[in-house]
Amino acid sequence: MVEHEGIQRYLAHAILWIGISVVAFPVYLAIVASTQDNAVIANGQMSLLPGGHFLQTYYQTIFVGTSGSTREPVGNMMLNSLVMALMIAVGKIAISIISAYAIVYFRFPFRMAMFWIIFITLMLPVEVRIYPTYKIVADLHLLDSYAGLSLPLIASATATLLFRQFFMTVPDELLEASRIDGAGPFRFFWDTLLPLSRTNMAALFVILFILGWNQYLWPLLITTRDDMQTIQIGIRKMITTTDALTEWPVVMATAVLAMLPPVFVVIAMQKLFVRGLVETEK
Amino acid sequence: MQKQSIFQSKLLPYALVAPQLAIVLIFFYWPAAQAVLQSFLLQDAFGLSTSFVWFENYVELFKDPRYFEAVVRTFVFSFAIAFSSLSFALLLAVMADKPLRGGMVYRTLLIWPYAVAPPVVGVLWIFMLHPSLGVLSRYLRDLGIDWNPLLNGDQAALLIILAAAWKQVSYNFLFFLAGLQSIPKSVIEAAAIDGARPMRRFWTVIFPLLSPTIFFLLVVNIVYAFFDTFGIIDTMTRGGPGKATETLVYKVYTDGLLGGNLGSSAAQSVILMGIVIALTAIQFRFVERKVTY
Repeated sequence: MVEHEGIQRYLAHAILWIGISVVAFPVYLAIVASTQDNAVIANGQMSLLPGGHFLQTYYQTIFVGTSGSTREPVGNMMLNSLVMALMIAVGKIAISIISAYAIVYFRFPFRMAMFWIIFITLMLPVEVRIYPTYKIVADLHLLDSYAGLSLPLIASATATLLFRQFFMTVPDELLEASRIDGAGPFRFFWDTLLPLSRTNMAALFVILFILGWNQYLWPLLITTRDDMQTIQIGIRKMITTTDALTEWPVVMATAVLAMLPPVFVVIAMQKLFVRGLVETEK
Repeated sequence: MQKQSIFQSKLLPYALVAPQLAIVLIFFYWPAAQAVLQSFLLQDAFGLSTSFVWFENYVELFKDPRYFEAVVRTFVFSFAIAFSSLSFALLLAVMADKPLRGGMVYRTLLIWPYAVAPPVVGVLWIFMLHPSLGVLSRYLRDLGIDWNPLLNGDQAALLIILAAAWKQVSYNFLFFLAGLQSIPKSVIEAAAIDGARPMRRFWTVIFPLLSPTIFFLLVVNIVYAFFDTFGIIDTMTRGGPGKATETLVYKVYTDGLLGGNLGSSAAQSVILMGIVIALTAIQFRFVERKVTY
């Protein structure tokens, strides 16, 4: 447009860079702190430039853990988080896609009832049924297990809705054509529908992986053993001890390691991420 | 909406819904029903006997000024988080919507905080603004502010709001940018030809056209502030100092865990359930989502 093109544009660039700095500063600080000496940080004399303890801190964090309280290597916590995140993401996609397939491609009594039963779980987040769910998982002897961490979170109204919507747009001719070729429900699902859903599944996977990796309240309740804790729980336990004992470089290295996988996924798979985010909100 | 061509099978569809149905019934409906039932029960101090007390747990809650404070606090937090995060994100989105060189780079650099987990957000912010070792606290003290969020409730609340808003900026930015990009350029050009200056163009043309996006994001942000701030609060203040940062969700957690007051905790859960149902209903009933990518 017409007025002050140049100035406007410089202003936009400036505001965006200020925004980016504000957004990035806390993380920059964490990275810097993870390379410095604990004594200096505890004194409140932390420098804003990287220090020389990078290798030492990260080695200790990943393979040894804090020297105080839990002494649980963060590498192990990351493994727990990874297993949980993958189980949640893959589990949600798997059970949602088959239930959507049943609801769209079959006629059976209580079809819509099934749909609504799944849909209504949207209104029952973990936060509103914390202790009864805990009790059930305890009764099933699933505390401190990967199944206990992931199973209760695996249902997904959003994913089911998304796949249902997508299947509705798949032309009927495809089903007729594969039926002429002699394909039954399994063959059609596997050879036709699944390949068509690939992009949707990938977009959903990106969102669900981040969601799974970042779970907090649920693992906090059901993990008691140190070797079963996820990285999000581990980091909380590291700062429980009195301030003076907190090993800040290790805490900050853990924070960086906790951010790394999901942030990498967002940046590396930005297109799928944006697509997944927009679609799951529909 | 129904498909015209379908498969015929009596058992297969049930087998296909069975896994999801089992999980939903065992881990969602059964506990939710338990929560409702428990909210009508009262346990004695030793957990030896329980009696059915109808709405006593609810009545107790509504009489408790601390619960009322938590309700007000949660709403204040929600609106403060939504407002600050939405306005900052809108400013950035309007700037990024201009035809700038490196537009995609800006987007990439602004959306990643979405992936940072709430407890990590809490750790990052308490470290930055810790009373004794926080880097920014030094400057605040130099300005003559007696900064100590670990002792001062209002400062703790401010810290929670800032940290929670920080994380949500990326999400809001993304949806605002999508909303802005779907506004036809011809509309804005028409306003420019009519002589409307940029600020006026924004408030009279762009802002009203964005209102569906704004309303949608407002609901999403309130839901976020209600539920996803748990991790931020738990790593940063644990609801303290005093009860200054205890939200409704955090109170359900602490009352059931430490207080052992399961009846009251369950009643609070049921009230929260009502809030979630209301918010979800608003989202589906009134929010028109015209975000296109």
